[in-house]
Amino acid sequence: MPDTRERSSGWGRVDVRPPADAAGRNPGIPLDLDRVATIRLNRSALERRAATLGTRRSVKKEWQAGWLLRALTLMDLTTLSGDDTPGTVRRLCAKARSPLRPDLLDGLEVRDLAPTVAAVCVYHSFVPVAVESLEGSNIPVAAVSTAFPHGLTPLSTRLAEIRASVDAGAREIDVVINRMHVLTGDWDALYDEVRAFRDACGEAHLKTILATGELATLTNVARASAVCMMAGSDFIKTSTGKETENATLPVGLAMVRQIRTYAEETGHRVGFKPAGGIRTARQALTWLILMKEELGDAWLAPELFRFGASSLLGDLERQLEHHLTGRYSAFHRHPMA
Amino acid sequence: MPTIAEIFETMEYGPAPESPDPAKAWLEAHGRRFGHFIAGNWTDPTDDQLFESRCPADDTLLAHVAQGTPDEVSQAVAAAREAFGEWATMDGHRRARHLYALARGVQKHARLFAVLESMDNGKPIRESRDLDIPLVARHFYHHAGWAQVLDREFPGRPPLGVAAQVIPWNFPLLMMAWKVAPALAAGNTVVLKPAEYTPLTALLFAELARETGLPAGVLNVVTGDGRTGEALVSHDDVDKVAFTGSTEVGRRIREVTAGSGKALSLELGGKSPFLVYDDADLDSVVEGVVDAIWFNQGQVCCAGSRILVQEGVAETLERKLRNRMETLRMGHPLDKAVDMGAIVAPVQLERIESLVEQGRREGAHIWQPSWATPEEGLFYPPTLCTDVAPAGTLARVEIFGPVVALMTFRTPDESVALANNTRYGLAASVWTEDVNLALDIAPRIKAGTVWVNCTNLFDAASGFGGFRESGYGREGGREGLEEYLGARSDPEAEAVPPTGSRTESALAGGIGASSDGTSGGAASETPDTPSSSFTADGVGVDRTVKLLIGGRQRRPDGDQGLVVVNPAGDPVGVVARGNRKDVRNAVEAARKAAAGWQASPAHLRAQILYYLAENLELRRHELAHRLAEHTGVAPEWSHREVELSLRRLFDYAAWADKWDGRVHETPFRNVTLAMHEPVGVLGMVAAPDAPLLGFVSIVAPALALGNAVVAVPSERYPLVTGDLIQLFETSDLPAGTVNVVTGRPGEVVPTLADHDDVDGIWYFGGDEALAREVELRSTGNLKRCWVDRNAARRWASPTEGAGPAFLRAATEVKNIWVPYGA
Repeated sequence: MPDTRERSSGWGRVDVRPPADAAGRNPGIPLDLDRVATIRLNRSALERRAATLGTRRSVKKEWQAGWLLRALTLMDLTTLSGDDTPGTVRRLCAKARSPLRPDLLDGLEVRDLAPTVAAVCVYHSFVPVAVESLEGSNIPVAAVSTAFPHGLTPLSTRLAEIRASVDAGAREIDVVINRMHVLTGDWDALYDEVRAFRDACGEAHLKTILATGELATLTNVARASAVCMMAGSDFIKTSTGKETENATLPVGLAMVRQIRTYAEETGHRVGFKPAGGIRTARQALTWLILMKEELGDAWLAPELFRFGASSLLGDLERQLEHHLTGRYSAFHRHPMA
Repeated sequence: MPTIAEIFETMEYGPAPESPDPAKAWLEAHGRRFGHFIAGNWTDPTDDQLFESRCPADDTLLAHVAQGTPDEVSQAVAAAREAFGEWATMDGHRRARHLYALARGVQKHARLFAVLESMDNGKPIRESRDLDIPLVARHFYHHAGWAQVLDREFPGRPPLGVAAQVIPWNFPLLMMAWKVAPALAAGNTVVLKPAEYTPLTALLFAELARETGLPAGVLNVVTGDGRTGEALVSHDDVDKVAFTGSTEVGRRIREVTAGSGKALSLELGGKSPFLVYDDADLDSVVEGVVDAIWFNQGQVCCAGSRILVQEGVAETLERKLRNRMETLRMGHPLDKAVDMGAIVAPVQLERIESLVEQGRREGAHIWQPSWATPEEGLFYPPTLCTDVAPAGTLARVEIFGPVVALMTFRTPDESVALANNTRYGLAASVWTEDVNLALDIAPRIKAGTVWVNCTNLFDAASGFGGFRESGYGREGGREGLEEYLGARSDPEAEAVPPTGSRTESALAGGIGASSDGTSGGAASETPDTPSSSFTADGVGVDRTVKLLIGGRQRRPDGDQGLVVVNPAGDPVGVVARGNRKDVRNAVEAARKAAAGWQASPAHLRAQILYYLAENLELRRHELAHRLAEHTGVAPEWSHREVELSLRRLFDYAAWADKWDGRVHETPFRNVTLAMHEPVGVLGMVAAPDAPLLGFVSIVAPALALGNAVVAVPSERYPLVTGDLIQLFETSDLPAGTVNVVTGRPGEVVPTLADHDDVDGIWYFGGDEALAREVELRSTGNLKRCWVDRNAARRWASPTEGAGPAFLRAATEVKNIWVPYGA
C-alpha cells in the first residue's frame, strides 16, 4: 500500500507555505488533494471521545463562573429570523454591548473587564443598523452571506452579496458552502468557490459554514474542513442553524482536529465556530472543554473561537446569577435582547 | 483562591471534588471495623486478626478488616454448602428475582459504591462512577436473565456446587460481579475473597445482599491476604475455583487444585498488543491509547501495553501521543476532573518504577510529560517507551502500570507475528479504517478479545478471558455461564460393557513383554516379519503398530515395542513404545499442521470426517473382530462399538460447520462477534475401555473444529490404533493433523502435559495419579485441561459420549468487537 501521507508530508511542505499575513489571518495554501484523500475518520471513536469530554472534566464554583463569563465573550449574538426588523436588531445590539446586568458584574467583581459578546450576527439587510447601533463598541458585525442558508444561487450573485455586506460595514462574513461539492467529492470546485469568497471579503474575516448536518459523514466533514482552510477561511463553522442537525460534539471533534493538523503543518491558526442548538451553560462548558483539550488555551479566545447562538446568553446570565445568590434564577430577571 | 476575573483570564480547570461523606458515613456506621460475612452474619474479629485498608491517594486509614483464618474459611464453605441445596433447586424465576434485586440495589447505592471504590482503590471517580459501577449493575441484570431462562437454555445442566472466588484489586467490585453473578445465576453458592488492598466494596455488597433478602449462605465474603485465598481454593468441599489475578498466582492455584476434581477458571495477566495501521484515524488512535493504558492507571489485565505501529506513521503517532500526554490530568481520585488517580499500593508503585528503570538500562527511551505528579500519595506518570526491542523487559513483562511500549512493523503479517510474540493472549486492539484488513487480522491474533477501532469495552453479554498464559474460561455471556454449569448426564444410556475380567492379564502381558526387552526394533522395522519370541508358538502376530507422526508411520525413537496380549494371555501384536522425543516430534508435526487445518473450510473438514467414516465402513467387520479378540467383549458390543464410532464420525462431520459463533447483544453500536476458534494443538489421552469409540469420540470433535491432535490411544487395547492410523492415512487428512503416539502413558503423557507448545490436553485415561500429574504439569504454559472424572462415562450415549461438551472443549471463544458508523 503506498503511503501517501509520507509522500505529501501533509499540507506543510515548507516550499509552498505562504507566510501568514500581517493580521495573523490564514492566507490559505494550494489545494492538496492527496492530503484530503488520506483523511479518514472513525465515527464511533469520535463519539466515544465526545461522550467523555464532559465527564472527564468538570468546572465548579468560581471556576465555573469564570468560564461562563468567558463563554459570554465568545458569543456571536445572532438573530436570523424572517421577521427581524431594525427594532429587534437594535435591541440585540444593546444586549451585545452590555450582556450582563451591572449588579452581576459587580457581584462577580468583573466590571473592569467590561465584557461584551464577540460579534453580532445578522442578515445583510440589517448590517447598517447593526453597525450604527454598535458604533464605538468595537463589536464587529457579522453578516451571513452567499445565499444563506442553502448557498445555491449563481456564484456571481453570492460574491456580490459578500461585497455588498463588506461595503455596508460587516467585518465578518459567514458564508455557506455548496454541499453538492462535498457530496460529490468535487474538492476543486469547493476550493475555488471558497477562494473566491475569501477574495471578495477583502479585509473582512471569512467564516465558512459547512452545514455539517447535510454532509452525511464525519469523513466528509473533515475533508470539507481541510479544503475550506486550504482555501483561506479564517473560521470554519458547523451549521447555519437551519439544518435539522446542528453542532454536535463529534462533528466538532472532526473539525477541530483538522484545525489542529492544519496549524501543526502550516503554522496558520484557523478559528472554530459551533452554531445551532447550543442553548445551555452546560453545553457551552462542554464545548470550551473540547477546545481546551483538543486545541489548547489559544482557542478559547474570540479570535479563534465563537459560539453561534441566540438563546445561550439567557442561560449564561441565569447561571452567573445563581453563582452569586445561590438561588436558581429566572429568564425574566435579565434584560432581553 | 483565584478571583473570577483571574480565572476568566487563565481558563484553568480548578478543583472539582466529589464528596467522600457517604462513604465515610458508611464506614463510621461499621466502626471502621469489619469481620467476614458468613451465613448472612458478620463475624466479630479479634484485634490481632485485623489489618488496615488505606486510601492510596492520601494514605488515610479507611477501615480495619479481618485476616481470614482457615477455620473461618471452613465456616464460610460450610455455610455455602448448607445453602447450596435450596439455592440450586430454587425455581429459576426466584433466583432471577434475587439477582434483579441485587442489580437494583447496586444502582440505588451507586454513588456510595463509586466513592468507596475510588477511595479504597485510588481510581478516578469518573471511572468508578461511569464504568465500574454501571457495569456491575449491568452484570447482575444480565445474569438475572440467565437465571430466568436457565432451565430452557441449558437443560439438564446442574450447578457445580460451592464456588471459591478470589478476585483482584484493580476493579474490585466489577470483578466481584463478574464472578458472583454467573455463579449465582447458575445455582451455585459462593465464598468470595476480595483482594487485601480493596475489600470494602465487596463488604458493602454483602450488606446489600442481606438487605435484599438473598438467602443466608448463598454469598459469603471472607477477607484476607493470599493465605486466606490459598485456604479457600484448596478447601476440600469446594467444587469450583475462579480466580482473577496474576499469572504467577494462577499457576499456584492450578497446582494446589490439581487432582482435586475442582473446576477451574483463571483470568490472568496480559501484555496486550495495540496495533495501528497506516490508514487508521490517528487522532482517534491517540484517544484509544489513553483508554488502553492510562485507564485505571494502567492497572488493567487487558491494558494495551504494546503499541505496534506501522513504520510510516510511527513518528506522527508518537508526536500526537506526546502532545496528548501533556494534557492528561492526574490527581486525587475523588477529583471529578482527573484522568488518572493513584497506584493501589506502595509495592505496586515500586514494581512499576523498577521495571521502567530496568527498561531504561536495557536501552529504551523513556518519555514522560512535563507536568509533575502530586507530591503526596502513590502516583506514577503516564509513560511512553520507545526503542524497545521485542526481547526487552518493557515489551515482555506485564507492568500493570501506566507504561506503554511503542514498536514498529512493516507489514500486516509482521504485525501479527509481533502481536503474538508473547506468552499471554488476553486482548488486542486493531486500528484501521480498512474492514478487509481488520477482519483479516482479528482472527489471527491469539487473544480472547479483539477490539477493532476501540479498546477496553466490556459488557455482561460478551465473554472475557484469555488464550495461552492469560488463563482459561470466560466471564460474561453464554460462554461465561458455562463455567458454572456441570455436564449433562444420561444415566439411562447403555454402559460400555466391562472388559475387566480379562484385561488385567492383557495389561500384565504387555508390561512383561516390554520390560524384558522384546525386540521392538526388529518388530518395528519389519512389522510383517515378526521376530519376537512369542511369534514362535504360531499365534500369528502379524503386525506392529508404529507411531503416526507428521503423516507418516514412524519407528519409535527408542526402537522399542510393547507386546500386547489378549485377555486369554496370548500375545496378539506389538505397538511402538513412544518416548519423550516421539511426543516432541508429534507436537512439532501438529504445530506445523495446525494453522492450515484451522484455516481450511469447515466443509472440507466435514468431508474428511465423512471420508474417514466411509473407510471405517469398509473395514467394519475386520475392526469388530479385532476389538472382540483383543478386549474380550462380546461380538455384539464390538460390532456396536464400530457402528457407534462410525456414527460419531458422522456426528462431528455434521457439527463441523454448525458449531457457529454468535453475535452478542452488547449495548454499543457495534457487532460483537463471538467467534469459535480451535484451541490449537490438543494432546489427548483416550479412555482405557472402548478403545475405538473412546478414541474416535475425542479425536473427531477436535478435528472437526480445526484442532491438530497428538493422541495417545487406550493403554490397554492399543492395537486397533493400527487400523485407525491406516484410516487416517487414507482419508485425505493433511499430514500432522492427527498424530498418534502409543506407549506407556506414564512415559508419554507427562511429556505431553509438560509441552509448552501444546495448547490443551484432554485426559480420559482413568488413572487418578496420572490425571493429577497432567493438571500439575499443565502449569508451565497454563494449557487448558479437561481431565475426565467420569470413570463410568457412557461412551455410547450421545449425551455423555458426544456433543456440546466436547465441542466446547475443542473451542476458544474469541470476542471481536467491531463498532461501525460512517
